[in-house]
Amino acid sequence: MASLVDKTTVGGTARGLSGVSFTLILIAVAGLTFVAGRWLGISYAFVMGYTIVQYIVLSTAWNILGGYTGYVNFGVTAFFAMGSYSTVVLYKLTPALPLPIMILVGGVVAGLVGLGTGYLTLRLRGVYFSIATLALAVVMQTLMTNWDLVGGARGAYVLRPREAPLIGGDYVQYLFLNMLILAVLAVATARAIERAALGYGFAAIRDDEAAAEASGVPTLRLKLIATTLSGAFMGMAGAPLPYKDAFLEPTSVFSLDYAVNAIAMPLIGGTSSWLGPVIGAVLVGGLQEYVRVTISSAVNVLVVGLLLVIFVVAAPKGIVGLFQRKR
Amino acid sequence: MDVSFDLLLNAIISGLLLGGFYAALSVGVAVAFGMLDVVNIAHPAFILLGSYVAFIGNTVFGIDPILAAVIALPAFYLLGMLGYQVYYVAFERRDDQSLRGLSFFFGLLFITEVTLVLIFGVDYRTVQASYIGPSISLGLFDVALRLLVPFLVALAMVVGLQVFLARTFVGRAIQAVAQDQGALRLMAADPVRIKRIAFGLSIATASLAGALLIIYQPVEPSIGRAFIGRIFAICVLGGLGSLPGMLIAAMTLGVAESLTSTFFGPSWSPAVAFGILLITLAVRPSGILGR
Repeated sequence: MASLVDKTTVGGTARGLSGVSFTLILIAVAGLTFVAGRWLGISYAFVMGYTIVQYIVLSTAWNILGGYTGYVNFGVTAFFAMGSYSTVVLYKLTPALPLPIMILVGGVVAGLVGLGTGYLTLRLRGVYFSIATLALAVVMQTLMTNWDLVGGARGAYVLRPREAPLIGGDYVQYLFLNMLILAVLAVATARAIERAALGYGFAAIRDDEAAAEASGVPTLRLKLIATTLSGAFMGMAGAPLPYKDAFLEPTSVFSLDYAVNAIAMPLIGGTSSWLGPVIGAVLVGGLQEYVRVTISSAVNVLVVGLLLVIFVVAAPKGIVGLFQRKR
Repeated sequence: MDVSFDLLLNAIISGLLLGGFYAALSVGVAVAFGMLDVVNIAHPAFILLGSYVAFIGNTVFGIDPILAAVIALPAFYLLGMLGYQVYYVAFERRDDQSLRGLSFFFGLLFITEVTLVLIFGVDYRTVQASYIGPSISLGLFDVALRLLVPFLVALAMVVGLQVFLARTFVGRAIQAVAQDQGALRLMAADPVRIKRIAFGLSIATASLAGALLIIYQPVEPSIGRAFIGRIFAICVLGGLGSLPGMLIAAMTLGVAESLTSTFFGPSWSPAVAFGILLITLAVRPSGILGR
């Protein structure tokens, strides 16, 4: 019950807004961010922005399953890398394919992987799903390391165009724009779920699955919808990565950093609403970029791990929860 | 295909040895996950901690890695008790194990790994001992002592723990916690205290398992992750809460991996555990010897 109350109060800042106007506001924010980036004109700002916005997508995607239904996905990299590798495969087959289509394909592939994993494990207790996703990441890495078409352990090069299509300027701007659109899509979807019957079904599963099942909530179907959606967004977040790095190899795309961040950011921000993952991604992502530049990249991931543990122990409702209590 | 009998026999023998070693890695999780319902996915990180303790004991003080692990056992036991206490206060008491409890262990796994990287770097580390290197001949095939010693120590550890659980008062109390916590409370025993002891034991096994790991193969901080899938596959396949089942499952996985790497190439073996895990979950979620 407690979390159902959360759901209705957490909407908070945008309580009365309809889905359409909320999405329009998101688009406006995204647009302003992009224009501001252009105005700054620093290439590094786009790279940094890309990383942070990518984490908004990843943590929102993780939260659709983890935060709303309470099922923990540790295999973020498996889904993320599915997107990246589907881009590499498409690039090898039809290099001229526009990026948005590659992103969509990546999403479909990762969504199907999510559906399959969910179907095999979600009929059991939730913890089996978590363990299976943990192992899934290892297996996907094994498969990709052994698959020659995508470069195996050596990795694959992707030649990225110098000029951005449609908008002109450096290609990284185009990547950033695509990621921004994805973020708008992901956040709008998350908020729409929260307010639809789907969201209440998810919350019922999280609070007491047996009771939900007994009251006629189609739990398995809802869980499968959540895993598929969550996996698809993770895949889409990973799809542009080969173009960003111009290179893709298994150890970096399967790096545990992605998984830790995608889990830490929603938990730090707050898992009960769409706002938590966004706050978490912006704050933690920004902090990480800062620490990476000023100290070192090993310390930077350590900071995220420590923050994750501190928050789950001391502030179970995340940053959003801290502000709620004050009200 | 006449050479393949020899090959097959060798693959099975080394698979059994590998399985014994896997049993040492998994026994802690079999206790924590199978009996206490604490899903400690950070167990491989504790194992690696054990490896590095053995490494320091061996290179700095020149003692046998297994002896170093035995000396470190009490420290690991205390670490486990402390870990459970934090887990209990922060998650179990709030009935919030699934989402935040799991993430807590995930965070621990990550912190341990990165800390080890910061201290020891990402180079592979090895230990020195008289039984690393030579092998003994058993008729048809040779067995490397490097593989045989972990196998025997692992067997001793699993059997010892099973005897402890079956014969001693505390051991039986641990099994009682696994069956019905509420009933234990009615007998005026404190389930939290029993679970603290059991989790301490679970982490203590990681000390020995770590020493066996660094004897078995060179160690660097991130290799723990590769074992997570295997460990949980073994525990699920064996049937939660059953150490004999866990041992059988570990041998099964060892042989399956060894056959896979002999006939399809070693780079495929990490996928075996996952395959077994998924098939078990889909076909017989209660495992081989599950209740």
